[in-house]
Amino acid sequence: MTVSKQLYQEVILDHNKKPRNWGTLADASHKAEGLNPLCGDHITLTLKLGGDVVDAINVQGESCAICKASASMMTTMVKGKTCADAEQMVQEFRDMATGKLDTASQPHHLGRLTVFAGVRDLPSRVKCAILPWHTLHAALNSDGSVSTEAEADPMHAPIGGA
Amino acid sequence: MTAAQTAIKQSAPPALDVERIRADFPILGLRVNDNPLVFLDNAASSQMPQPVIDRWVKYQTRQHANIHRAVHYLSETATAEYETARRKLQAFVNAKEEREIIFTSGTTDSINLVMHGYGRKFIGRDDEIILTTLEHHSNIVPWQMLAEEKGAKIRVVPVNDRGELLLDEYKKLFNSRTKFVGVTQVSNALGTINPVSEMIAIAHGHGVPVLVDGAQAAPHLKVDMQQLDCDFYAFSGHKMCGPTGIGVLYGKAALLEKMQPFKGGGDMILSVTFEKTTYAPIPAKFEAGTPPIAAAITLGAAIDYLNAVGMDRISGHETDLLDYATDQVNRLPGVRIIGTAEKKAAVLSFVVDGVHPHDVGTLLNEDGVAIRTGHHCAQPVMQRFGIPATSRASFAFYNTMAEVDVLVASIRNVQKVFL
Repeated sequence: MTVSKQLYQEVILDHNKKPRNWGTLADASHKAEGLNPLCGDHITLTLKLGGDVVDAINVQGESCAICKASASMMTTMVKGKTCADAEQMVQEFRDMATGKLDTASQPHHLGRLTVFAGVRDLPSRVKCAILPWHTLHAALNSDGSVSTEAEADPMHAPIGGA
Repeated sequence: MTAAQTAIKQSAPPALDVERIRADFPILGLRVNDNPLVFLDNAASSQMPQPVIDRWVKYQTRQHANIHRAVHYLSETATAEYETARRKLQAFVNAKEEREIIFTSGTTDSINLVMHGYGRKFIGRDDEIILTTLEHHSNIVPWQMLAEEKGAKIRVVPVNDRGELLLDEYKKLFNSRTKFVGVTQVSNALGTINPVSEMIAIAHGHGVPVLVDGAQAAPHLKVDMQQLDCDFYAFSGHKMCGPTGIGVLYGKAALLEKMQPFKGGGDMILSVTFEKTTYAPIPAKFEAGTPPIAAAITLGAAIDYLNAVGMDRISGHETDLLDYATDQVNRLPGVRIIGTAEKKAAVLSFVVDGVHPHDVGTLLNEDGVAIRTGHHCAQPVMQRFGIPATSRASFAFYNTMAEVDVLVASIRNVQKVFL
């Protein structure tokens, strides 16, 4: 089975159809918007911190399946984690998606998020998978909004497909 | 089309020997993801046949030097070939004079030239520029930049649900402040062929010049500057079997002469002192610096190739492809075609229920099918139809009915994955 067919089979069946934590938190303490101008993906992430811990997190928006599934799985993984743990996952997810982290041979904290490792072979789709994570990073740092195209985005990676 | 009509169509003598043509295009023999390449992204850029590739090689191996400069053999040869290419373009669009053909880097560059050369000189505060909902960003953004700089206004011609411009609304937009009209001949996102002749006549009735964006028209339809009577016409080489980095601006000589230069530099001057510079006559006035000589000459070869195939036969075959693809895609439940104008070029934009176009594109690529997904640099069109993006299959004369079948089967597979 090809890389993308495998990727789609694993992530789409569940999370694209029934995204978890899909919506907007009324009592959010942090919020950020993420935009991928290439395909029009546009998501809004709200989260509520209790001290240093992500008590609640929601994502809402219009996006492709890879972005939506990535966002859905991200919310389930970072809920209950500290900000530092969440930031570490942001970094590891980005490294995995861009091929810098080989989750098969190197230590990581990504758990079942490794189903997204295949996007490294789909350069034009890497941004779709990373967008929710960029947006989480922006929310945690209260940057307000991020774009996968924005040079100012601290998580910006020069990825093919533009 | 009924099955009987299809049968008649298929049994009729082929107007165009597609298999023979395909043999001229080395890239069409590629395999992608273990499948034969099905290239349906021609509205973005088309492929180049071997005779055109050979022309580039011939130029670089036997004819290259800078033009309009030296007296030596190579410079004279390159200059002659470059000017021959200009005459080929002139004949192709039936411009009255060869000096009305200006080589640019592409459609975007051509439109920017008109914005700077004409717009900045003749459009001022509170003046109005008419554009349409169907414009590509390249025929929107330069005019927005001008409007912002000058305090001018942009008025937009709306479209109906089929993606056709509303001519009555267009007529109502004219007033004493209207100074310019920009309209695309063929919508890159929907394929609509706009009634530009009629629109030009209406604008001229108000004494307003018209720029036609021909990027999606020139490769597919026979275009005739004298018949259209447009004031400016912009198109790109790489969408018509030529190389990237070369395009054309056609402009009526009288207008080009009135305009100010866009870029300053060598080759666009008669004389330079630090007190005063006298500009060269057109077209040199607008071709500052060393132009893309190799690309212009190679585009000339692409024009020869298209002429040999025949623009009428190209249009005919592409219409057959569009009709067949439209019919086949319409049979797919859960797939909706965006852009159903009565007159269309071979562009098929569609959305698949419950599947984002980006996912469609990635899965089609698995089957070797290359389409464009996204907003096609025409976001106002997407907003008009309330969608973030579409999947777009765009055909060229080297595409086949069998490739349409592969496209349709591949869309069915996408629906199965997302079931």
